[in-house]
Amino acid sequence: MMAGPKIQIQGVARSFDVSGRSMPALAEVDLDVAEREFVCLLGPSGCGKSTLLNIVAGFLAPSSGTVRVDGHAVNGPAPERGVVFQEYALFPWLTVTGNVEFGPTLRGRPAAERRQTVARYLDLVGLRAHAEKYPAQLSGGMKQRVAIARALANDPAIILMDEPFGALDAQTRETLQDELSRIQRVEHKTILFVTHSIREAVYLADRVVVMTSVPGRIKQIFPIKLPEVRDRFAPGFTQYESDITRVVKEEVAKVHE
Amino acid sequence: MASFVSNVSTLVESGLRGPALGRRRTFTLRIGAILFFLALWSLLSGLVVALHLFNPIFLPGPWLVIGALTEMAAKGQLWIHVAATLQRVAIGFGTGAALGVALGLAAGYLAPVRNVVEPLVEMLRPIPPLAMLPMFIVWVGIGEASKIGFITYATFFPIFLTTVTGVRQIDPLLLRAARSLGARGLPLFTRVILPAALPDILTGLRLGVALAFFVIVISEFIGAEHGLGYLINDGRNFFLVPQMLGAAIVLGLLGWIGSALVRSLGRRYARGQQTA
Amino acid sequence: MKTVATRTAALVAALLAWAAFTAVNARVGFVNPVLLPTPAEVGRVTLDLLRSGELARHFFTSLVRIAEGFGLAALAALGLGLLVSLCVPLRLMVEPVIEFVRPIPPLAFLPMFLVWFGLGEASKVAFIGYTTFFPMFIAVAASVLRVDVVLLRAAASLGASRADLVRRVILPAALPGIIVALRLGIGLALFVIVGAEFMGADAGLGNLIMEGRVFFNPAQIVMGALVLGLLGSLINTLLLAAERRLLGARVAS
Repeated sequence: MMAGPKIQIQGVARSFDVSGRSMPALAEVDLDVAEREFVCLLGPSGCGKSTLLNIVAGFLAPSSGTVRVDGHAVNGPAPERGVVFQEYALFPWLTVTGNVEFGPTLRGRPAAERRQTVARYLDLVGLRAHAEKYPAQLSGGMKQRVAIARALANDPAIILMDEPFGALDAQTRETLQDELSRIQRVEHKTILFVTHSIREAVYLADRVVVMTSVPGRIKQIFPIKLPEVRDRFAPGFTQYESDITRVVKEEVAKVHE
Repeated sequence: MASFVSNVSTLVESGLRGPALGRRRTFTLRIGAILFFLALWSLLSGLVVALHLFNPIFLPGPWLVIGALTEMAAKGQLWIHVAATLQRVAIGFGTGAALGVALGLAAGYLAPVRNVVEPLVEMLRPIPPLAMLPMFIVWVGIGEASKIGFITYATFFPIFLTTVTGVRQIDPLLLRAARSLGARGLPLFTRVILPAALPDILTGLRLGVALAFFVIVISEFIGAEHGLGYLINDGRNFFLVPQMLGAAIVLGLLGWIGSALVRSLGRRYARGQQTA
Repeated sequence: MKTVATRTAALVAALLAWAAFTAVNARVGFVNPVLLPTPAEVGRVTLDLLRSGELARHFFTSLVRIAEGFGLAALAALGLGLLVSLCVPLRLMVEPVIEFVRPIPPLAFLPMFLVWFGLGEASKVAFIGYTTFFPMFIAVAASVLRVDVVLLRAAASLGASRADLVRRVILPAALPGIIVALRLGIGLALFVIVGAEFMGADAGLGNLIMEGRVFFNPAQIVMGALVLGLLGSLINTLLLAAERRLLGARVAS
């Protein structure tokens, strides 16, 4: 079926200009993400994982290196790469429906088709009953579910998620992880997911990419050989958690030096 | 869509403000913009003369304005008028501020005071202060007193209102904590209430200064023989447009300095606190 | 806190206080009673002017001036405010100039407008336009510039083109701020119309107030001031209601 990897990150580095000086955020990163793979980027605060995601999304240009999707170089945002943000980024002047059908509206899809699409994805995230509400009337967890529905409704091949559950309380967070896992089993997207929760990464990912502290580089990659539906308390799961924790702790110690 | 609008890449990278420029580049850009503006102004007034568009008296070039100002400054006239304006602003604002802060603190802290004062303030608030200027003239005549009284009246309201807000918004938890540490009466007032209300009071003062300069002009149009407002209006009689523009610019400068002074006061006495 | 009931109670209380104070003064005479008109006297002047149609004439003259001046300024502020915010080099050029002109009180230019446009309607409308333009322009630009970059990113990754971003994200996102800008403008217009009508006007509420001074009729001054206050409150209430209708859904319920 698929010849090469879906996403190819080659030699990507990025520095920022801070009052005249060039601060490197990301040092050379090489990573391939296969189609339908769920890859988590994990690392201490400020290690550049969000920067890397923004570069793949096309919001930032790399200082060096390229990102290719299906062999074509990325040079800006595009609907093939949907994004889910930590701050939800829902359009406050639109209802839930308005938000979810934003992508199809831009592409000029007919109203009947849009209605179907919205219904399908609101059902998927379990928010059909709130279709006519405004974002201001929703809880954090609900907002993020709308954001996910909005990204999915545009039918992207790739979804990029930047600490999407970071602003939520622990309970809601786990619920949404379960939901995301379930959605992925249905939709089979290629997902690149940034987090600083080891537990979250082991729960969701096919591979966990641990990054070093700034300037970020890939420290180690952990393939997660666990069943599709995961048990957070199974011995296999906790083993991965402790292995990864050990590696991450080395990097966290460096940040606090 | 025209090509000068930022493209998608810039918009998604840094939003509508665009990428941050270095300090030096911003500085040179600002100077450049002002010089360009002066050049454009000169060009326009020059064109008016060259093409006989209308009587050039209506759009004097910047050099004429500067010339008029320097002439007045050299002859000493300018300073008399500046002093007259500043004196009225200073006394008016000072009185308005003193009354506003004093009454505001009282009204903010003591409910009975509030219940007496607030109805009056509520009634007077929607009325533009300028509408009361003739009233002051009727009451105290056309001289200094009416001008200063009017400035006092105008500046009183924003200062009073922000002071009341400043006191009312103090976290009751803070007061409870202070009382449990033994603070009572005057020390509670000077060491807790006043500092906590200070940022809002300073905002009110800044508004008051701006308002004072805003309204002084018009009170100097009527029945004055000195002052920047007088200079501006007097210029009408003989179409002395450079004088009118020059005096306006000086007024703007003074107002700016006044606001800057209050702001620096804020930095000295309300450091670290959230200033509106 | 400030419910309609509390405010009305406060106003009634103020009215009573005024009546009481001026009645006492009329009896005892601290001050020449002419200088402190009672509510009754003010009421009488109001009725006289209403009956003769004069009040209506002056009222609408002022209103038309405000509407025309503000209307022109609002259109200009919206158009130019948007333009400047969308074009970074233009904004960088314009900003320093605005900073330079901003501190100069608009009323300082009133005589200039009288010189340029004469004593007729044009000068009043132009002056109101000038006064309201700059603050509205600045506020419109500020609210456009404040649009959160994350919203732009979200839309772009959903396939938005540049035109889409402007039409479907930037404008709706800036709308609340734009409405605040308009409210600011109208408030300012109401503030300065009086001043503009003090000089070289033969009609208008400001003129009416000035007349009260010239003909030593303080009751007329008070009446004019109160009518202005009423007009301002009315316009403010209308605008707040309109704002709530347009934006109500966005704010957390």
